[in-house]
Amino acid sequence: MKRAAVLIAIALLISCEREERGFRVQPPQADRINSKQLTTLQPGESIPQQVVVNEYEQNAFALTEGKRLFSQMNCVGCHANGGGSIGPALMDAKWIYGSQPDQIFATIVEGRPNGMPSFHGKLPDYQIWQLAAYVRSLSGQTPKDAAPGRNDNMQVKEPENSKDREKPNDASLPKSAERPE
Amino acid sequence: MKRTKSKLSIVVLACAALASCGGPQNALDSAGVQAGRLETLWWVFFWVCAVVYVIVMAILVIAFLRNRRADEKSAPELLPDPAREQRVSNIVKGAVGISIIVLFTLMVLSFRTGRAVNSLSYAESPIEIRITGNQWWWDVEYRDPVPSMNIRTANELHLPVGRPVKLNLQSTDVIHSFWLPNMHGKIDLIPGYETTFFFRPDEAGTYFGQCAEFCGYQHAKMRFAVTVESQEDYEKWAAAQRQVPPPPVDPLQQRGQQIFLTSVCTQCHAVAGTTANARVGPDLTHIATRHYIAAASMHNVHDHLKTWITDPQRIKPGVRMPMNTYAEEDLNALVTYLENLK
Repeated sequence: MKRAAVLIAIALLISCEREERGFRVQPPQADRINSKQLTTLQPGESIPQQVVVNEYEQNAFALTEGKRLFSQMNCVGCHANGGGSIGPALMDAKWIYGSQPDQIFATIVEGRPNGMPSFHGKLPDYQIWQLAAYVRSLSGQTPKDAAPGRNDNMQVKEPENSKDREKPNDASLPKSAERPE
Repeated sequence: MKRTKSKLSIVVLACAALASCGGPQNALDSAGVQAGRLETLWWVFFWVCAVVYVIVMAILVIAFLRNRRADEKSAPELLPDPAREQRVSNIVKGAVGISIIVLFTLMVLSFRTGRAVNSLSYAESPIEIRITGNQWWWDVEYRDPVPSMNIRTANELHLPVGRPVKLNLQSTDVIHSFWLPNMHGKIDLIPGYETTFFFRPDEAGTYFGQCAEFCGYQHAKMRFAVTVESQEDYEKWAAAQRQVPPPPVDPLQQRGQQIFLTSVCTQCHAVAGTTANARVGPDLTHIATRHYIAAASMHNVHDHLKTWITDPQRIKPGVRMPMNTYAEEDLNALVTYLENLK
């Protein structure tokens, strides 16, 4: 009984952060150390790659802000609502330039050949991290309790929080986009 | 101690109540026909209710103070006096009748006011304005049959005295409500559904309006200003708004324009005559002619613009405008450029 109460208290505390609205906070780990590295080859001893955690992925507010930017910055123009049209689909298991948060950040900031524009200097970093978090929620990579549950406009597909998690399929990646285990 | 505090708070409340009489955002200080009708109706209701309240309270007090005829020794009254019963029942019937008549009269008055308020919709050649509610600002478009005569601005309206205005209201996100108390009642802005209403400003002056439907974090700072002026002043303002703002002349302004066009600003804002034409945030084409920024929550002066650009989240937490970092000279140049968009 006591244990259950403690568990409930912990669950409540965790869910507090989910709804927190950090208007003036950047995600703490949001640096771009690895973002430019698309190969494992390095001169000399190789530096082990760090995993960058985008804390916005745990936060419902940041994810919905990412969703708003996804349509307001016209990502939908090419990627549609995640299903892809001119640009590649974002809700499947295939990640051409990597599925990690920092790789998505780099893709948005730097742009990619054959059409992905560079948003360098066009959006503040924290909004790009919000976008990166939302892009990952499209294929179910973010916790379901934080992912958006509905659209502001007409619902065109199942909401992000009912999307089953896609396993990023490394076999389909070009060699250059692979990450070392 | 406690008593002085409560006395003080009563005085403060009384002052606040008195201070709210008159002013640029007040339904009881009408500046248009419709607000005038609403104001009259409000006062009729107020006085009727006040009189009824006083009468009811007086009767209640009399009932308390009147000596009772019975005391603890007198026997219970088993057979009431029929004459007295008749009198009392007549009084009750009379009171019910009067109440019905009063309530019915108020209802008819209310209906008549409602019809009168809507009568302006038959007015000829109104100024047509489309207002789009956003979290948390108002997008304003003066619509003209000739597209080049359209005016795009935000959070501020200019209107000539005595000419009917037709507002088409819509919303991009949640339900807002357009409330300009000196002119009219509240009208909702509903996503995906256009609402229309008419009003006519009859007195020159500056008025304030406000969103009257809770719409999120900065609902309280979703305000707008309305300047009612003479026909000539309005024409002058409208003609200036239709022009492209003058290009920057001195190096500082040119540097500011360069910063504006090459940084994050152009992702959301538009300035006519430049490559900036995004529609996510307020149109900045003639921002220097506006008196307020941040949806009429701050005066449009140099220092406010600077704080607003660098740290809007401190002034309006949750607002869509992101925080920006600029070197001091760059920020100065940027604000100088904005201050010359006339």
